[in-house]
Amino acid sequence: MMNFWRTMLRNPGGVIGLMILILAVAVAVFGPLLFPTSPWRMVQRPFLPPFTAPGLPLGTDALGRDVLAGIVHGARVSLLVGLVSTMAALAVGIPVGAMAGYFGGRIGDALMRFTEFFQTVPSFALAIVLVAILQPSIVSIVLAIAIVSWPPVARLVRGEVLSLRTREYVQAAVVTGQSHSWIIWREILPNALSPVIVLASLMVATAILLESSLSFLGLGDPNLMSWGYMVGAGRTVIRQAWWITVFPGIAILISVLALNLIGEGLNDALNPRLNKEGR
Amino acid sequence: MSAATAVVSIKNLKLALPPGADRRYAVDDVSLDLTPGKILCVVGESGSGKSMCAHALMGLLPDTIGREAGEIVYDGHNLLALDETGWLALRGRHIAMVFQEPMTALNPLMRIGEQIAEMFEAHNLLTPKERTQKALQLLREVGLPDPERSMRAYPHQLSGGQRQRAMIAMALALEPAVLVADEPTTALDVTTQAQILKLIRDLQRSRNMAVMFITHDFGVVADIADRVIVLQHGKVVEQGAADDVLLRPQHSYTRALLAAVPSMQPPQRAPLAGRAKAVEVVGLDKTYVSGGGWFQPERRVRAANEVNFDILKGETLGLVGESGSGKSSVARLVMRLIEPDQGTIRLGDIDFTRIGGKELRKARSRIQMIFQDPFASLNPRRKVGNIIADGPIAHGTDAATAHKRAGELLGLVGLNASALERYPHEFSGGQRQRIGIARALALEPEIIVADEAVSALDVSVQAQVLNLLEDLKKRLGLSMLFITHDLRVAAQICDRIAVMQRGAIVELKPTAALFSAPEHAYTRELLAAVPGQTSSSRAA
Repeated sequence: MMNFWRTMLRNPGGVIGLMILILAVAVAVFGPLLFPTSPWRMVQRPFLPPFTAPGLPLGTDALGRDVLAGIVHGARVSLLVGLVSTMAALAVGIPVGAMAGYFGGRIGDALMRFTEFFQTVPSFALAIVLVAILQPSIVSIVLAIAIVSWPPVARLVRGEVLSLRTREYVQAAVVTGQSHSWIIWREILPNALSPVIVLASLMVATAILLESSLSFLGLGDPNLMSWGYMVGAGRTVIRQAWWITVFPGIAILISVLALNLIGEGLNDALNPRLNKEGR
Repeated sequence: MSAATAVVSIKNLKLALPPGADRRYAVDDVSLDLTPGKILCVVGESGSGKSMCAHALMGLLPDTIGREAGEIVYDGHNLLALDETGWLALRGRHIAMVFQEPMTALNPLMRIGEQIAEMFEAHNLLTPKERTQKALQLLREVGLPDPERSMRAYPHQLSGGQRQRAMIAMALALEPAVLVADEPTTALDVTTQAQILKLIRDLQRSRNMAVMFITHDFGVVADIADRVIVLQHGKVVEQGAADDVLLRPQHSYTRALLAAVPSMQPPQRAPLAGRAKAVEVVGLDKTYVSGGGWFQPERRVRAANEVNFDILKGETLGLVGESGSGKSSVARLVMRLIEPDQGTIRLGDIDFTRIGGKELRKARSRIQMIFQDPFASLNPRRKVGNIIADGPIAHGTDAATAHKRAGELLGLVGLNASALERYPHEFSGGQRQRIGIARALALEPEIIVADEAVSALDVSVQAQVLNLLEDLKKRLGLSMLFITHDLRVAAQICDRIAVMQRGAIVELKPTAALFSAPEHAYTRELLAAVPGQTSSSRAA
């Protein structure tokens, strides 16, 4: 474990990503204490540019709402959607992949055909349809993102399990009379997790982008301020009031970038053979 | 031998390992000379730096290895000072190499003929037509059957021995003055090994090459070496003419290594007749079917063909054969890691092939397995204590008792009980194999199946593990199915030996009888191919 952190901290990209993520989490957790009022409340006249009125450093939007307050409250939604939907996707993808890889044969085939069924549908289109049918709400958005993002997890886990189940230590567990579930959970999955963790960090980033895209199209939760909604709402007036779209856009960019950097760092730390120096 | 006649001289070579390694120098102050027409064997256990010497000679050292001191002199130049372009002209043309694993050393997507012709192409020699002709001639010289067809074959279409012959043909293509062979026969079966050794010996004589032959096997050394260098932890502990080193070793390490080589003389064993049967295998059949689609006929491999044997209580039955003979499949069938097509395995009073589910899991405690690869057979993410205690816990022992017992078992296999709280990667190969043995014993089985349990270990460790197995078997009254490709090992530990060929047992006899009066032609071939038998004749 110490070794893991040492490798992780040696990677400057990963450290920067981690710092940005910690900052974003801090904003999401403590931000609403600094901006206790609703981000939907009108505080000033509309289209106020940044740094013109005291207390409104990022200006106001088309309805006179504080852009900074929106970004702070939006951090909560974006990170929450990213994390929860990724967890949900892992909760589906890991068992499906593990069972498909471990049992193989008909069970494996059936599970993988089912997975491919989800993979063949364009994911964003499917997410739009799901949110539209289920009514836009934070729950339906999380659900839709989870449903479109679990198949890659299942495929990855299946591949790992396929190669691990022929290992001698797994066979040793079989001959000592362990049950299937014990072998999968205790012997195989702990050794298959490294690439899954890396994938998960990138999935959080993708989920944030997906949520922003859905909100941009007006399919966000109508009661929650999110970055995607702000970009979408400001896009019609981008020529007159660039700040309404640019600042939430930067927030999306930085948080996604941070998660990608972390993913890269994790990859180096968890698969040390790939980054060893020398030939 | 004087330095004047040497083609290559390594002088006081010192290569530094990257910081954090278990010792400072991979190779420490090694000097050696390669002389035309002579074979120099570099012998040592794993990690002794013998491969590093070979790689230094070929300019294939990794960047992380520091060249601290010394020089490699060839034709008046110091090779260590050479740049990449200098090496390009030298490699293949003056110094060539044969690698250990011919499957990975050959390009799987190129035909054999093209790969040999590429040697000429790389050095801008000959016309394409001449290259092909030369390649054909080389294949004929190294004794590949049907050279015309072998030219067009891909590596996977040849057997291991044929691939190694093709590798040798490549190495010889430009008539190098020096041939470096890095464990060229380790991956091969014993009969193939004998052929390849003879081939290298013949070619080296007819071409008057200097050969550096790296090996861990003193049997091979006895068969092929003119001079021997023994390495330990990167240092030369002994060197001299082959007969001197093998018959009159000076250094204690050399003596220990030689003593650890199992001999072909089976020790006396008490007769076991009249005991009850622990395992009875009747008519075991297993055929693997692969491929088979619309446009492709399916491939059938018969891994077990009417296999019958039984193991008495307290007996060790050896299962000997070359790779692909089906011996590992039989082990896995007996363990029920794979299902037989036909046949019965009886363990005492139960029919092991007819049960399933919970009943099977319970019965598994009666028969346990020791695996081949000590690095792959322990879960890297579980502590040693858990690895050993998991089995008994699954069979209903409470965790505290199981862990206490795990500590005792570690003592039994010669490890400290403090190992319980450590992870497998903290142990050496031999220690890991002891942990694997402790795991197998944890369930108090009646029968142990050991699948090549000592093949991956160095010869000195191998001897220790064999002694441990023998001792445990006696103390605990175990029966054992001992699978190995090495007849010398089988001679030391088995009461009876079954010889397998292409999925069938061709001969099953008490060990002493098998070695003194082999009946089947294949058994005789196997016995004749065991390396190191010439040294005893030389001594006589």
